[in-house]
Amino acid sequence: MKLTNLLTSATVALGLAAGAAWAQDKTKVGFVYVGPVGDGGWTYEHDQGRKAVEAEFGDQVETVYVENVAEGPDAERVMTQMALEGADLIFTTSFGYMDPTINVAKKFPNVKFEHATGYKRADNVSTYSARFYEGRAVQGTIAGHMTESNIIGYIGSYPIPEVIRGINSAYIHAKKVNPDVQFKIVWAFTWFDPAKEADAAKVLIEQGADVILQHTDSTAPQAAAQNAGNVITFGQASDMAEYAPKPRVSSIIDDWAPYYIARTKAVMDGTWESVDTWDGIGAGMVGIGEISDAVPADVKEAALAIKDSIADGSYHPFTGPLKKQDGSDWLAEGETADDGTLAGMNFYVEGLEGDIPQ
Amino acid sequence: MIRLEKRPQPSRAWSMATPLVAVLATMIFGGLLFAALGKPPVEAIRTIFWEPLFGEFSFYYRPQLLVKGAPLVLIAIGLSLGFRAGIWNIGAEGQYIMGAICGAGAGLAFYPAESFLIFPLMVVAGALGGWAWAMIPAVLKTRFGTNEILVSLMLVYVAEQFLASVSLGLLKNPEGFGFPGSRNLQAWDSAHNAELIAGTGMHWGVVAALIAVIFAYVLLNRHMTGYHIRLTGEAPRAARFAGVNPTRLVLFCLGTSGALAGLAGLFEVSGPSGQVSIDFNVGYGFTAIIVAFLGRLHPVGILLAGGLMALTYIGGDIAQSNLQLPAAAIQVFQGMLLFFLLAFDLLTNFRIAIGKPEVA
Repeated sequence: MKLTNLLTSATVALGLAAGAAWAQDKTKVGFVYVGPVGDGGWTYEHDQGRKAVEAEFGDQVETVYVENVAEGPDAERVMTQMALEGADLIFTTSFGYMDPTINVAKKFPNVKFEHATGYKRADNVSTYSARFYEGRAVQGTIAGHMTESNIIGYIGSYPIPEVIRGINSAYIHAKKVNPDVQFKIVWAFTWFDPAKEADAAKVLIEQGADVILQHTDSTAPQAAAQNAGNVITFGQASDMAEYAPKPRVSSIIDDWAPYYIARTKAVMDGTWESVDTWDGIGAGMVGIGEISDAVPADVKEAALAIKDSIADGSYHPFTGPLKKQDGSDWLAEGETADDGTLAGMNFYVEGLEGDIPQ
Repeated sequence: MIRLEKRPQPSRAWSMATPLVAVLATMIFGGLLFAALGKPPVEAIRTIFWEPLFGEFSFYYRPQLLVKGAPLVLIAIGLSLGFRAGIWNIGAEGQYIMGAICGAGAGLAFYPAESFLIFPLMVVAGALGGWAWAMIPAVLKTRFGTNEILVSLMLVYVAEQFLASVSLGLLKNPEGFGFPGSRNLQAWDSAHNAELIAGTGMHWGVVAALIAVIFAYVLLNRHMTGYHIRLTGEAPRAARFAGVNPTRLVLFCLGTSGALAGLAGLFEVSGPSGQVSIDFNVGYGFTAIIVAFLGRLHPVGILLAGGLMALTYIGGDIAQSNLQLPAAAIQVFQGMLLFFLLAFDLLTNFRIAIGKPEVA
């Protein structure tokens, strides 16, 4: 047992040494994607970030990626393979890659890892995520103004904190400008499934929703809204500008490029350290896509005002007084939510109907 | 004129050669596909088939072949029994999920106790979970004459909903900050299906797959039940005259394949995967159908086919990373394999004749 252990670590070390020697001149950066690069949403934007790294550093870097990697042992194998082949820095871009990333990072202490949207870190594992809920505040403001039926449909992916934060943030800000607004939430239990997403959008539209918000990655809900006619939508993760000016009236865009460039630079300079990054509109990680002409000028102005106040830090989307759905107090007047509560958010705010599925 | 002529007897030689010819044809046409995408074809084929076995980092990939291949072989062996008798269990994916949920759930009920009894208990619960899920189409078929293809397939989607539900509720890690997914069983010694010898990839699932191959071989060649299975598949009427009880056969075939799929799920969740999570299943249950046919429904054939399939997965990922081949091209490549196999299968029963048909 011991001997074989020794042997394996020796061979791994050998492999590492060989990989490192080969990669000395170029910094090799690997990307592990959960979807296809052509999904038009989540993975697409990560791949744009990868291309930005190539454009920034040219010959100094080599990037590799593997798409459609299932979460679990397959992800672990793909990461190990990249590390063996001499990657210096590996971005793992899905929540489900968390434990595999930690496992592989243990075996390759000299390779740096960056895991998106998770909470486990190590000396060579950083985590990073974007404050999408800041974009939801802008979106909620527009949605609250625009709805005529006062019913806003929301396509949830999985009931995890990130998605619940988005629902709460959008609801709070829609309600602020339109006290009669009501949210109908459908859980698709997928990140990317055009057929399911289209069905969810159709169901919501049939129930009277004239605004569809989505936390899934495909453009299928946009197409469904277009067919239905008088329904507006927002691009998710990516701009989805091909559906502008209507149904798509704006979007929340993940812009990973500045972060990817900065972290690659840190590896080149030898200044890389394990950090936990959670940036929003202010740092440019969350972008608001152009608000189209389908939105009246005063609504656009109100939305941009919210965006600017979030960007300069003068306003926090979760500012009291706020109660939880069950009526208990959450935030007192003027109090803002702390990151810990936000990171693990598993409750609706007061006024939202229905239960979070368990 | 070229035409097909039915052989008086299925050709044994072609039956053996078809898989090899299919692999060769896949290499040729896959190579053309890669070339059309502007990638070096020979290099791509070499990366997929050679790199994992004999490349620079094969010390890592070879064990991974066992990890990837074991669940495929274990499930495919179970499926092949039914397929031989004309009983079509298409829902192994669902049975795989239910095995993982039941096995992991049975173990987690005792968290954090340490006992050598926990893992065996999980194995039994995993097999029972898969068995019970397969019993639904089996009983519906024998009682009400429903179609087991439809019922077993539809139950996959039900099982997926169960999986999402327990990941978010019943089995959710209480220390997971509200994120979905169970505790990681790799971090709990009593429940961890660890490598039996470190660095070999050999875990209990691999052992179970090998035992299943031997068991199926003996069953089909030396046992009455195996004879009934073959007879029912080849000559259903004769089987009825020979006194084969179709109800018992349906229950046996679906039950066994369900239990084996459940075991595969359990070994996966307690070992390589470690966690019950929403996206736990990655399609082993469906891929195993291809493996079963690629292996000619023969236990040894399935063992080889499982290895080949695992090879294309692992090699495919390497080719993606090293040559930037798109994932879709790799999937087309894998699809070609089954396509060519079925196409060349024609030659087992027919021969190509040139000239006019003889007039009798």
